[in-house]
Amino acid sequence: MSIHSDAGAMSRSPAEKETRMTAGTWLAIAGLVLLAAVPIFAPSLQLLVNLALAKGLAVLGVTVLLRAGQVSFGHALYFAVAAYAGAFLLAAWPGADLLVVLLAGALGAAVSGLLVGLFVVRYRGIFFGMLNLAFSMIFWSILEKFYHVTGGADGIRLPRPSVLGMEMGRHDFELVLFWLTLALVGGLGWFTLRWLASPVGQLFRTVKTNETRLEYLGVSPRRALLSGYLLSAVLCGVGGAIMGVAQGVVTPEYAWWIRSGEMVFIAVLGGAGSVPGAFIGALIYEFVRVFASAFAGDVWQMLLGGFLLVIILFAPGGVVGLFERVTRRGAAKGEEAA
Amino acid sequence: MNLTIFLLALFDGIAYAALVFIVALGLTLIFGVMRILNVAHGSLYAIGAYATVALTGFFLSLGLAPALSFPLMLVAAILVGILLGGPIEWLLLRRIYDKPEVLQLLVTFAVFMILEDVQRLVWGTQPYFEARALQALGNVTVFGVTYTVYQLILLPAVALVLLLGLRFFLRRTILGKLITATTEDREAAQSIGIDADKVFLLTFIVGAALGGLGGALASPTTSILPGMGADMIVLSFAVVATAGLGQIEGAALTALMIGLGRSFAVYVWPEVAVLVPYLIMVLVLLVRPEGLFGSPAARKI
Repeated sequence: MSIHSDAGAMSRSPAEKETRMTAGTWLAIAGLVLLAAVPIFAPSLQLLVNLALAKGLAVLGVTVLLRAGQVSFGHALYFAVAAYAGAFLLAAWPGADLLVVLLAGALGAAVSGLLVGLFVVRYRGIFFGMLNLAFSMIFWSILEKFYHVTGGADGIRLPRPSVLGMEMGRHDFELVLFWLTLALVGGLGWFTLRWLASPVGQLFRTVKTNETRLEYLGVSPRRALLSGYLLSAVLCGVGGAIMGVAQGVVTPEYAWWIRSGEMVFIAVLGGAGSVPGAFIGALIYEFVRVFASAFAGDVWQMLLGGFLLVIILFAPGGVVGLFERVTRRGAAKGEEAA
Repeated sequence: MNLTIFLLALFDGIAYAALVFIVALGLTLIFGVMRILNVAHGSLYAIGAYATVALTGFFLSLGLAPALSFPLMLVAAILVGILLGGPIEWLLLRRIYDKPEVLQLLVTFAVFMILEDVQRLVWGTQPYFEARALQALGNVTVFGVTYTVYQLILLPAVALVLLLGLRFFLRRTILGKLITATTEDREAAQSIGIDADKVFLLTFIVGAALGGLGGALASPTTSILPGMGADMIVLSFAVVATAGLGQIEGAALTALMIGLGRSFAVYVWPEVAVLVPYLIMVLVLLVRPEGLFGSPAARKI
């Protein structure tokens, strides 16, 4: 599968790429502005969009790894670690600041990502995917078994954090959280794009194409992969911490393999390797799930699996790939007409 | 720890290792021949268990002897192999042998998601118990410890027969040699007239049936409920990875290591019992990244 082929980007002339980039930037800004207006024009969708974007951040983490040609079936681990880190912080320090909670979550994800990462970056492909799965299952059973610390299957409630020293009502807090999430989506999405284009990011992506050449260059592929792994863990962590705060409760289900599978699914749905695709995929996914759960709750995973097969076998570029194919075809037709 | 507890832990470990080994055997056979890690193997295990319960429930309600549940287990396993394994290889995997590893993983993962819901649709979410096969064989007392014949003798015996049988099959029979040849070099095998497609289909059916047989044999010893497939795929992967992917004899040894490690932990420090298999795997892989018996893969430049 062309999880993401850079060949297309390279064949385009630099000028063309430039204009595409700016067009993409404008599209992204337009999308963010549109989303920012959701609480004003469609307040009933606010929480749904907020959760979808939090999940989108986690999916972005999985997407980053796909750019190195690796798939992780256990990234819900970082989602859960961060959410629990936030929960423990709020339990020990009620009324902690929202930013501190999110920071604690990101830090927790970074530390656990470093520990697990040092081990899993020795592997590729099957082992990489399955070892990540094993670590997330370990964490899940720790959460379930040590219930006197973690609250077991009931999880831990998160009291509402303060914002910049202010105690807020529910409505105001949700608004602040929504816009903060949106700002993080824009900021972290931009950062991830820049990072992937940076020298470190390019080395990281070479793990997919030919990592032996990396070694010939005197670069350690493991270190290159580890840097991307850390980024992906932190992205998942920020998403998990937001999810925990938004839902007000964290449960072991956060680390359950189905969550990880969902993230992989959304990453492939949106367009494997595409940064905006992660968020577009997450929004589509959450909307379909909410409206489909009424009549397809029992077969939800079956639908996901079937859809995943269809995407992999017939539309490997995902939603973003389909969109690009359509616009490119349109552009080609335009040129023919001219 | 006195002798009784030691023996109990030992027997628990052996019974558990035998079951995990049978499932892992299917996983490692498929990987060894086809280079595909079948994530849906866990579902095949679970469906094998459900199918056994359904079949025994039906036939024993007709008033037949409980001893009939043993052949029914075999029937369930073969059904899983042919009705599920066959179509999965034939319709899906055959299209993706030349695709990247990640994609192959995603495809089997998608099958796993589908089959998990299939189980829930067909059998619901309530747990099932069906221990008549276990009771039919009675108990045995060893050094004052009473244990079921089924777990202490039948399961290890089946595991041993399968291990020796598969060895014999792969090394001494024509069909086994065809499989080995295809594993070594698919193109060369095809050029001398081996139908590699057929070999892959057969291997996958046999591997899937082993997964189903693991579930069938596990069904009298445990309650059957949703989620058992997910646990088993991770556990059997731990066994297979610790041994080295594709290593059949090695998997027997690591299954025993992991089974005993887990059962002794149950008596010593129950909270961490679930973690022991993974700790063993991580420790082994830290020292030997290819597993205990694996050899480093040749690198492509």
